[in-house]
Amino acid sequence: MTQDSALLRFYRRIERALVPVALLIGWELFSRSGVLPPALLPAPSQVLLAWADWVFATDDNTQTYSGHWLQDVAASASRVFAGFAISTVLGIGIGMAIGWSRTVERLIEPVLQILRPVPPVSWIPLAIIWFGIANKPAIFLVFLGSFFPVLLSTIHGVKTCDRNLLRAGAMAGGTPGKLLRHIVFPAALPSIFSGLRIAIGSAWMLTVTAEMVAVKSGVGYVLWDSYYFLRYDLVIASMVSIGLLGFLSDLAIKLFAGRVLRWQRGSTLQAKEA
Amino acid sequence: MSLIEIDHVTRLFDDPKRGSAVKALDDVSVHVARNEFLCLLGPSGCGKSTLLNLIAGFDKPTSGSVRVGGQSITAPGADRGVVFQQPTLMPWLTVWENVAFHLTMQGVGKEIRRKKAQHYIEMVNLKGFENHYPSELSGGMNQRVGIARALLMNPEVILMDEPFGALDEQTKMEMHAELVRIWRDSQSTIVFVTHGIEESLALGTHVAVMSARPGRIREMLTIDLPRPRDSTSPQFNDTKRRILQLLRPEPVVA
Repeated sequence: MTQDSALLRFYRRIERALVPVALLIGWELFSRSGVLPPALLPAPSQVLLAWADWVFATDDNTQTYSGHWLQDVAASASRVFAGFAISTVLGIGIGMAIGWSRTVERLIEPVLQILRPVPPVSWIPLAIIWFGIANKPAIFLVFLGSFFPVLLSTIHGVKTCDRNLLRAGAMAGGTPGKLLRHIVFPAALPSIFSGLRIAIGSAWMLTVTAEMVAVKSGVGYVLWDSYYFLRYDLVIASMVSIGLLGFLSDLAIKLFAGRVLRWQRGSTLQAKEA
Repeated sequence: MSLIEIDHVTRLFDDPKRGSAVKALDDVSVHVARNEFLCLLGPSGCGKSTLLNLIAGFDKPTSGSVRVGGQSITAPGADRGVVFQQPTLMPWLTVWENVAFHLTMQGVGKEIRRKKAQHYIEMVNLKGFENHYPSELSGGMNQRVGIARALLMNPEVILMDEPFGALDEQTKMEMHAELVRIWRDSQSTIVFVTHGIEESLALGTHVAVMSARPGRIREMLTIDLPRPRDSTSPQFNDTKRRILQLLRPEPVVA
């Protein structure tokens, strides 16, 4: 029995890694088998070499990009951060106003609901005309992509706030402004955080898109540029980098949410997982 | 002079589906003096919660007047502390922060809030649970937090809407004893809505027996049984019998 549980413990430890490792091995074998020309589907080992040079300038195989990874990542991340920050502030602010006031809802919501289905990518031509080729069109695009998830989840959070809590607040002598700050906002936070997590995904997606078209730096630009030079190993290294950054920024939001929403611990399924 | 004056209050609720109006309260007049403990007793739908909401300021009468301390009621206010049917605590605040919520609304600093809250937390016997969240406490404990929150406002009146309805019998009895103690210690005036005859007799100095559709006060009883009240004593049962007779459906006049 002890042997069994030791085995089980070992399995639990490697459980999460099983499928990724199997996929990597399969990919490596397939690439080396020669079914496809190696240039078209570089093996993971080759991607790793390109990536290592991109990050640490190991053997100069990525030439101009050698050792530039941190700069490229910083360029993309700063755009994501700027656009996401604007979305967060405006999305929560406008969302609270729409959720709280029928008048504001009637005035603003129709416009927003018409703008919402327009894919952010289709704004690229106008964004370039308005802001030129630089950071601004990318930030604008990130904002467009991440604003609506924040907005909608905030509205939802405000609207589903328990009326009885507001009664209790009014009973305790709260003015509308105080009720908004001390009851409606905290009550909407769980919903707001799930909106932020969706938004950060869109933010990375749009930074990369913008960098392919309208900017000359960042991970997305490296990806597109490597495509022109037939460096598919670097293309894949860029893709993995983006995935990693997206994962890390989502994790940061998740951990932050777990701290802020610690009152949920033990009362919801979601909190238990976090 | 009465602290709470309810005069000829009628409350109609529109029923747009049927194009008619439901009379929840029909010409109700009740006066409550300072330091009284009034129980509003009646079956579901007799308008007792409606009456309480009018005093709390959550609702307005269709006609008639509701005054507390001579002031006409137009909105909820901290002079009337409400203990709700459900504890209705802010789930993101700890026990002490919930108790001190009134002070937060007034912009009082943390240290003073913490200190003041402690007094009322001890009054409702929740010492040691100051930093727990409502989700970590039982229903009865949460209801105590709700009571402490209302007490901290030092209100003219405490309004309670079946606050112990969801509790088991034994916890309910403990809460009754404690509520009577708190009522005595704090010299407050309480209006307590219930559908439990024994509950009203265990607590009240007065019991207003209500009838349903339309909601009216059938009779106002003064309960002068000795405290602590013994629910097995003959006097207690005599009063209970009387209330049961009052609550029996009125004979239909042919």
